[in-house]
Amino acid sequence: MAAVETSRMNEAGLRKDGALERLKLFGLASPAMLIILVVLAIPVGWLFYVSFVGADGQFSLENYARMLDSKAYYRIFITTFQVSILTTLLCILIGYPLAYFMAQLPPKLANLCMITVLLPFWTSLLVRTYAWLVLLQKRGLVNEWAISAGLWDEPIKIVHNMNGTLIGMVHIMLPFLILPVYGSMKAIDRDFMKAASNLGATPKRAFWTVFFPLTTPGLFAGALMVFILCLGFYVTPAVLGGGKVIMVSMKIVSNIELFVNWGAASALGVVLLVMTFAILWVASRFLKLESITAGGH
Amino acid sequence: MLKWLKSPATETQVSHGQRLWLYALAIVIMTLLVIPTLIVIPMSFSDSQYLEFPPEVWSTRWYDNYFGSHEWMQATRTSFQAAFLTMLVATPTGVLAAYGLHASSIRFVRAAFVLMITPMMVPLVLVAIGAFYTYVQLGILYTVTGLVMAHTVLALPLVVIVTGAALKSFDMAQEEAARSLGAPRWKAFLTVTLPQIRFAVVTSALLSFLTSFDEVVVAMFISGGDNPTLTRNMFNSLRDQIDPTIASISTIMILVTTGMMVLAQIFGQKKTPK
Repeated sequence: MAAVETSRMNEAGLRKDGALERLKLFGLASPAMLIILVVLAIPVGWLFYVSFVGADGQFSLENYARMLDSKAYYRIFITTFQVSILTTLLCILIGYPLAYFMAQLPPKLANLCMITVLLPFWTSLLVRTYAWLVLLQKRGLVNEWAISAGLWDEPIKIVHNMNGTLIGMVHIMLPFLILPVYGSMKAIDRDFMKAASNLGATPKRAFWTVFFPLTTPGLFAGALMVFILCLGFYVTPAVLGGGKVIMVSMKIVSNIELFVNWGAASALGVVLLVMTFAILWVASRFLKLESITAGGH
Repeated sequence: MLKWLKSPATETQVSHGQRLWLYALAIVIMTLLVIPTLIVIPMSFSDSQYLEFPPEVWSTRWYDNYFGSHEWMQATRTSFQAAFLTMLVATPTGVLAAYGLHASSIRFVRAAFVLMITPMMVPLVLVAIGAFYTYVQLGILYTVTGLVMAHTVLALPLVVIVTGAALKSFDMAQEEAARSLGAPRWKAFLTVTLPQIRFAVVTSALLSFLTSFDEVVVAMFISGGDNPTLTRNMFNSLRDQIDPTIASISTIMILVTTGMMVLAQIFGQKKTPK
């Protein structure tokens, strides 16, 4: 009887120790969480609050109402989506074939080609944006070469507009698409393709019915990443857009730098944040489903 | 050559010859990925205001401009300082957090992980204006301390993801074995676990450094006064005109990045001596 009691006491003690241990381990994450709380979570919470305060200091929805009324805001949101969607589509069109090409190379050659993706990925995006500005300007290399090649007669404006912005954005976003797509391609068992071929599928059919569906989780993840990053992008459109491509993040900055209107800036920020997280949330349910089905086959 | 063209390139027996279009396309894309960045290097040695390529007259005047400028030197110092300190702060806090979340199994772990990676999802502009407001209140606007705090937040998700992934493939039973032989938990971690995840830790450190060194938007708001970062000054001068001095700074930044990549490779190779 006494022995049973003791062992029960020990058991309870061990359980308590275990719980304490887990809590202590969890505590190791507290410095990281604390700094995120101070620098990110609390300030964003404050912005959320400010977005609901009107010019008179009272609770008001005027900051949000302005967005609905004003044509300028409407245009900014349209531009933001336009740039994001076009950049994502172009990245898919350019990135998928390159990933496909690399995934079939022998490992050594593939690694060499991978450097061409990783080098820009690691290089400062400001440096890359600057490089495009230099290349695309009126007296830049692209104009010079195109004229000497007879493509057009006099320097044309390629930068400080939508085209320039898209060129820069696609260049910066491409690695974010290529890396996950390449990963999902490398994970495919190539015998599937042999089997499809053996069963009489044409190469085209084997690609579209076997290979491509298996790469969709990677493609989806990459495209999602690109789209989300584009939505909140600032540097490249600010430099290459030349004031003609105004995205949400740029309006937020000018609201603060030029007009010192925290209410308007915060409301825009809240909308941007909610949009981003809503897309992520919807996608995360979809993505999980996708990867489960892909893993099951 | 002809034989190669006719040989099958894929499992579905498509020959190399039929896929020449793909090879051509891939080469064009890879060139476009790399050239725009690399071409800045020779251009930075051009004597012309318009950065010719190839330079008709070579000169180092833009470098002289850069090294001779008090403002640029000050900004460079701030950038390196902030990047180095961010690396020193973000790496240990991130590794500790990744380890804690990996080893603990209380039910908040998932929520804590999501919190850790949110800085990656939140648009940078929001982080910037939020930090700007907070720093005004705390009186640390335009200080290196504030800059390092903000950049640490941006670097933490990378550290947690990279280190967390390494811990997932590490067998925790090894650490338990060390502990059952009498080592305290911290010692087991330092002598058994850490050496085996060190490649991930080194990668995390380099990524933290680069995150801070390359960051523009947050620095635009919270760095300035006596402590502007290199990227902040570069961005501001880009908005006005195309200053060729930026080409020389870009070249130096490309070299720093490439150096970091090479470092990562060297440490990566040491990990697998086989």
